[in-house]
Amino acid sequence: MRSSVIVFPGSNCDRDIAVALEKMQFKNQMVWHKDTSLPKTDLIVIPGGFSYGDYLRSGAIAGKSLIIDEVIKFAKKGCLVLGICNGFQILTETGLLKGTLLRNKNLKFINKDINIKVLNDKTKFTSKYKLNEILKINIAHNEGNYFTDSNHLEELEQNNLVAFKYCNEKGDIDEKSNPNGAINNIAGIFNSKKNILGMMPHPERMVDKIVSNKDGLNLFSSLLN
Amino acid sequence: MKLILVKLFQLNLKKNNLKFSVTVTLKKDVLDPQGKVIENTLVSMGMNDLKSIRQGKFFEIEVNDNDQIKAEKKVNDMCKKLLVNLIIEDYKINKLT
Repeated sequence: MRSSVIVFPGSNCDRDIAVALEKMQFKNQMVWHKDTSLPKTDLIVIPGGFSYGDYLRSGAIAGKSLIIDEVIKFAKKGCLVLGICNGFQILTETGLLKGTLLRNKNLKFINKDINIKVLNDKTKFTSKYKLNEILKINIAHNEGNYFTDSNHLEELEQNNLVAFKYCNEKGDIDEKSNPNGAINNIAGIFNSKKNILGMMPHPERMVDKIVSNKDGLNLFSSLLN
Repeated sequence: MKLILVKLFQLNLKKNNLKFSVTVTLKKDVLDPQGKVIENTLVSMGMNDLKSIRQGKFFEIEVNDNDQIKAEKKVNDMCKKLLVNLIIEDYKINKLT
């Protein structure tokens, strides 16, 4: 399985995701944002960080970079695309995922381990998880408050396009367990073809017991399948 | 002669530039937490007549075009393609003199 991690000025989780991918035996390549072509690849990862210092809006400038035209082309052909944190924000700015990420409701940068629930285990990204499984994953963001219009929200809920929702340790999805104010507690979504996943939590930080836990591992093993 | 040429050049430059301002604000039904905090602070400072505040962004744009309609169209394009996130933001273009 070949993967490509796109690197922007200000990306800071690019190496973490590369370590996670290589640990899982992906053949990974780093791709600079000024490149105009992608290598042969089965998975494109847009990593977390603060591309272009979050100028204008988070992900707005990166969403217009040279490599993005290629990413859009690959994505439309069915290539798997994973956007984590700033990567999710960039995907919404490119239009590959609908909706947008607003400033956290409490106006604070939030960096902590939270719980999310797996709401769809029938996709290439989540097949190794169980439905309704509760994961403990780190979030670290200032703009993670997912927002979309009511029509798209209905489409997400009815077509099983919500990948993860914020919940408490018991799995209750309520206002208290919503860290950033995201609409319907949404932490990650798929596009309609389910070949693109955007998520605010960082699975690449949860692949080793020594530093955290292994709750993120199955995302990568699902992709290998 | 040189002076006249410089003057002419400067006049020409002025002629070819049109200036616009763009104001970007969050749409009515989108929560503006920063605006809310500013509003609360102003009220706590004693400015009780304040009804509401929304925070936004402001851009000043010069365009190399002396046709106002064409230039405004270009600015509108810039707004739609990059400056504004149409899902959550509204914008207004004004011609500056």
